[in-house]
Amino acid sequence: MYKILKKEVLNPTVTKMVVDAPMIAKKAEPGQFIILRTDENGERIPLTIADYDRENGTVTIIFQIVGATTNQLNSFSEGDYIHDFVGPLGNATETDGLKKVAVVGGGVGCAIAYPVAKKLFDKGVEVHSVVGFRNKDLVILEDEFKSHSTVFKMMTDDGSYGEKGLVTNALQALIEEGNTYDEVITIGPLIMMKFVAKLTEKYGIKTVVSMNPIMIDGTGMCGGCRLTVGGETKFACVDGPDFDGHKVDFDEAIKRGRFYHEFERHAYEESCNLLNKEVK
Amino acid sequence: MANMKIPRTEMPQQDPKVRAGNFLEVATGYTVQMALDEASRCLNCRHKPCVAGCPVNIEIPDFIKKITEQDFEGAYQVISKSSSLPAVCGRVCPQESQCEAKCVRGIKTEPVAIGRLERFAADWHNANTTEKAEKPVSNGHKVAVIGSGPAGLTCAGDLAKKGYEVTVFEALHTAGGVLQYGIPEFRLPKDIVNKEVQNLIDLGVSVQTNMVIGRVLSIDELQEMGFEAVFIGSGAGLPRFMNIPGENLNGVYSANEFLTRVNLMKAYKDDSTTPIMHAKHVAVVGGGNVAMDAARSALRLGAEEVTIVYRRSENELPARAEEVHHAKEEGIVFRTLNNPVEILGDENDNVTGIKCIKMELGEPDASGRRRPVPVEGSEYVLPMDCVIIAIGTSPNPLIKSTTKGLDTQRWGGIIADEDGLTSRENVYAGGDAVTGAATVILAMGAGKKAAAAIDKAFSEK
Repeated sequence: MYKILKKEVLNPTVTKMVVDAPMIAKKAEPGQFIILRTDENGERIPLTIADYDRENGTVTIIFQIVGATTNQLNSFSEGDYIHDFVGPLGNATETDGLKKVAVVGGGVGCAIAYPVAKKLFDKGVEVHSVVGFRNKDLVILEDEFKSHSTVFKMMTDDGSYGEKGLVTNALQALIEEGNTYDEVITIGPLIMMKFVAKLTEKYGIKTVVSMNPIMIDGTGMCGGCRLTVGGETKFACVDGPDFDGHKVDFDEAIKRGRFYHEFERHAYEESCNLLNKEVK
Repeated sequence: MANMKIPRTEMPQQDPKVRAGNFLEVATGYTVQMALDEASRCLNCRHKPCVAGCPVNIEIPDFIKKITEQDFEGAYQVISKSSSLPAVCGRVCPQESQCEAKCVRGIKTEPVAIGRLERFAADWHNANTTEKAEKPVSNGHKVAVIGSGPAGLTCAGDLAKKGYEVTVFEALHTAGGVLQYGIPEFRLPKDIVNKEVQNLIDLGVSVQTNMVIGRVLSIDELQEMGFEAVFIGSGAGLPRFMNIPGENLNGVYSANEFLTRVNLMKAYKDDSTTPIMHAKHVAVVGGGNVAMDAARSALRLGAEEVTIVYRRSENELPARAEEVHHAKEEGIVFRTLNNPVEILGDENDNVTGIKCIKMELGEPDASGRRRPVPVEGSEYVLPMDCVIIAIGTSPNPLIKSTTKGLDTQRWGGIIADEDGLTSRENVYAGGDAVTGAATVILAMGAGKKAAAAIDKAFSEK
């Protein structure tokens, strides 16, 4: 059992939790993830590690409330326990040898992009952060990014905050201004990563994407997280989650991500009903 | 004198039509009278060929003799001297190719049903004995066991009985390994697995779940923490795919994923929240026990028709004869000498069918079995909405890649000697992590050998 030490609502659909998990905190690196179960009959869901504190033995997760499990997790309070919490899983994001990097985050993906930006910035790398959200209400981690970036660009789809437009608009502008990046690291919705990769391919900039597919065990046993990279089948949990963005078959990944949509929608609605009943 | 008149006692089982719709155990177990009848068939031969056929050398005639004397607990005690998981082995061991294959009664008629008697003794013990195993006095030595499948549980149990302080590290949230996530409830009820794990805990073994060794702790760190010996029983690993078009369509599962959802994540229960496809037409590719388990699970989840697609002929099916027989009784369709060449999907990437090619047997290959060769131009399409790939696994790279100096085969299996010792000092390995996918009992045998070797190494120090 893993105690929730701190809970913070970042926006109406995104919550941050600091969890007591000293062994994981000791090993965690940006880019890695954990798998959790809320209770003994729960689903196993992967969530990327948003931050960690080796001294205090804590791991931070940031999640969007999208399904039954995240809905239930969001109903937990400080002092409650998460039944299972396993990690750190996957390979850490490669940061060696980089001098100038653009970190591009979208939506809740910024929770994963932030620790990468932080690690790079703390190592003395020039970090240009581009973050995008649908609107102002959904913005998260703005101050954190600002304090760990050389250049910071905020984009919203509707222009309610920062500049109006997509992250690709801002990234393209930065490239056109003459910035040459060793690498672009992008984390967010699949469709966003697809278009970031398309853009950088045009400029020949190496691009790393972080994949977060359907997964059960997270150790290479189930094969549910497979995706096609450069024509080969790879497992996100043991081969990734970071991959060469120019080689990932995003269209396939998008379709695979929809496999259980119908099932999840039902489960989510049911979990809402259950929670409502409890409140009444 | 053995009773030469009565034939081998049939195992009572649920009617195939009924059981195809539930996840309850297929074989319901011998009654006392059935066990006495069957035990009376044993010749009690002096040279005991059956014992040599058992990977853990259970004193088979001795335990059967105890059954004839109606000392059922005594029978269990004889078995448990050699096997730490009798209720499991009585159910899932391929007895027909091990102990029973060597049985003298089998030369003229049918062999003694050793496996069924083993199960009877183990179930009798579990139902009638409330005594808990006692924690032996510690000998002060700490051993780490990685993985809580049959190899790990056996190694841990044997060492704990000798007074070692054993900690088992399990990556998943429940202990049991393949017994938990792989073998379905209707073949091996999870209560039995949980009971075996509890027995170990009663013996003083610490079982730590959610611990992925290679990530949260490395083998070097385990040694630094004071574990004087480490046993790796991390299992078979990554599911293999065929590398044919359409394998990543929605509706294509690895058998590992499908069975894990059904078993470990309990999708077989009506009130489960685990997403699983309740497909109508299911193809299972492969011919081993895992393929049978997947096919029969899909049937129980409500499929109208489940087809096994296997590239060799029926004679080469690697699954136990009993599993094939049960699957056929339940209505599973066998398309042997057929091989998938493509999985077809619709515009939303959902599976719509499987394109197969007919095969014929050619010259023998390296395995000694006749090599299946495609019959040119014989492709045809079977409509399907779900395809489960059960063609084996390749070793998990996690421990290898995080353990310096641990030698592995070219195909990835950990190299271990007769005793299970690896290229690293005090690091042992056994089970599927060494051999590639094999059986529960072989993994247990390896766990047992390693435990004996670890004990010997410490006693000589």
